[in-house]
Amino acid sequence: MSARLAAMLLVLSAIAVLIALPFVLEKFYVQFATKVLVMAIFAASLNLLVGYTGLVSLGHAAFFGVAGYLLALATPAYDAAEFWSSLALAVGGAALLALAIGALVLRTSGIYFIMATLAFAQMLYFLFHDTSLAGGSDGIYIYVRPVAQLGGWQPFDLENFVHLYFLVLAAFVLVLGFLRLLVDSPFGRTLAGIRVNEHRMRALGFATFRYKLVCFAVAGALAGLAGYLSALQFGVVNPDMLGWHLSGSALMMVILGGLGTWLGPVLGAASMMLLELGLQSVTKHWQLLMGAAIVTVALALPRGLAGLWVWRAARGQNDG
Amino acid sequence: MARTSALIEARGLHAHYGASHVLHGVDLVLGAGETIGLMGRNGMGKTTLLRSMLGLLTPSDGQVRIRGADMTGAAPHRVARAGIAFVPEGRGIFPNLSVRENLVMAARAGVRGQRDWTLARVLETFPRLAERLAHGGQQLSGGEQQMLTIGRALMTNPDVLILDEATEGLAPLVAQDIWRILRRVRDTGIGAIVVDKNFSAVSSVADRIVVMVKGRVEYDGAARSLHDDAALRHRLLAV
Repeated sequence: MSARLAAMLLVLSAIAVLIALPFVLEKFYVQFATKVLVMAIFAASLNLLVGYTGLVSLGHAAFFGVAGYLLALATPAYDAAEFWSSLALAVGGAALLALAIGALVLRTSGIYFIMATLAFAQMLYFLFHDTSLAGGSDGIYIYVRPVAQLGGWQPFDLENFVHLYFLVLAAFVLVLGFLRLLVDSPFGRTLAGIRVNEHRMRALGFATFRYKLVCFAVAGALAGLAGYLSALQFGVVNPDMLGWHLSGSALMMVILGGLGTWLGPVLGAASMMLLELGLQSVTKHWQLLMGAAIVTVALALPRGLAGLWVWRAARGQNDG
Repeated sequence: MARTSALIEARGLHAHYGASHVLHGVDLVLGAGETIGLMGRNGMGKTTLLRSMLGLLTPSDGQVRIRGADMTGAAPHRVARAGIAFVPEGRGIFPNLSVRENLVMAARAGVRGQRDWTLARVLETFPRLAERLAHGGQQLSGGEQQMLTIGRALMTNPDVLILDEATEGLAPLVAQDIWRILRRVRDTGIGAIVVDKNFSAVSSVADRIVVMVKGRVEYDGAARSLHDDAALRHRLLAV
C-alpha cells in the first residue's frame, strides 16, 4: 500500500472516530474533545506562519482573543447574537487586525519579528486588561450562545454540547482541508520558498512582502475562528485569551506535533492537552512533568510527533 | 555580433560594503541577445556588480537602466519581472520542494508575453531533470541542482540570464554539459552575462569579454583579442 493511500485511510478513519465520539463518550470528554479541536485549529493557523513560512510569531493569541471579544461585544446582555453575522464579524475582524499588524511587523525579520508580534499582542492584552472597554481583567460573560438561522430553520442548537461539538468538528475538517489545499497551491509553494530563502524568491520575481502579508492575514482569520469557537464553548472571554502564554502554548503544540507538517499541530494539541489532563489527575506539580515530557519529545523526535509517520513511511519505501 | 539597443545599461556604478569601496565607476552595457563573459580574479567586484544591477545591493552612485527605464536600487522582484533571471553562485534550489515544484513555481510569461520556455521544453533541454521530477531538491547531485536552477530561471521566460559561477565545484564532465546547454540557450536569442573563471569555456559562449580588476573594468572587447594577447590575459586573469 502506498504511503499516500495509507495516509488517506488514516485520515478518514480518524474522522470516523471523531464523528463517533459523542455517541460513546460522557459529556465531560465530549467537551474536552471540543476544546482540543478548537486548539488544534488555533495551532494549525500558527503552523501556517511558523512551519510553512518561517515566521515565528509570539503574538498569535491576539487574533484568537480579539475574535472572542468581538463575539462577546456583539452579544446583547441577555439575548442571543445572530450566529452567522457574529462569526463573520469575529473572523473578519481578526483578519483585518492581522492585516494591519502584519503590514507593520512584516517589515522586520528574525528575532525582531518575534519581538514585534509579542509587543503588539501585549498592547492588545493591556488594552483589554486595563480599560473598561470589555470588562477589564474580569472579561465578559456570554450568557446566551448565538442562534443560527437559515431562512427560519435552525440547523443546530449551540446550547446543546453535542451540536456544538459537531459544529467545531465541521470547522476543524474545513480548516484542515483548506490548509492542505493552500500549502499544495502555487501560493503555498511560494510560502515554502520564502521559508527557505526569501532573497532567492525575490530574485525570482516574487514580491515576498505581499505573500507574507496574505499569509499573516489568513493565519489571523483562522486563529480568529478558533477564538470565536472557544468563546462560544466557554461563554466567557478575558484578557488571558490574548496573552503571550497562550501564544507560547500554541507554539509548543506546533513544535511538539511537527513544524510544517499538515497534521502536526493536531497531534501536538491533542497530546499536550491529554498529557495535561492525565498529569493533573496524578500530581499538582503536573507542569514539571509536562515540561519533562516536552523536552523528551523534542530531543527524541526533532521532527515532532508527525515525524514518526514520515519516518515510518520512508522506512516502508526503503523496505519495499 | 552587432550590438542592438541596450537591454541592461550600468553607468558609473559605485558600490560600498560598509567602509570598503568595491566598485569604482563601472560601466557595463548588454545588448538584446548578446552574451557577455564577465571575468576577473577573486574579489575584483564581479558579484558586487551583478548584485548592484539586480537590486540586491543599492549602488552608492551611478545608474542602472533596463530597456531604458531607470531601475537603480529597484527591488529585486521588479528587476526579475523586467525579464532578468539570476542563477546565483552555490546553487539556488529550494531543497524542500520537488524538482517539478521548483520549476513550476517560477513559471510565467516573459516581459513581451512570450511563453517559449514551458515545463516540457525545459525538461527536453535537461533530460536528467525529467528523470527526477518527483525527487526532492535535496536529493539531486550538484550538477543536477545547477541544471534545476538554470531550468527554473528559464521558466520565467527571461530576456537575460545572469549566471554567477554556474560551474563552480562541478565535475569537468558535468561542467561541460552545463556549457553545452548554455550555448543552446544562447542560440535561442536570450542574452546572458556569464561569470566564470574558465576562460576557454567562457570564450566559447561569449560575444564579448569584460574583465574587472579592483572594482574597475580593465578590458571590454572580443574574446579573440584577449585570447591572442597572452601577456594581457596573464596580467588581467593570471591565465
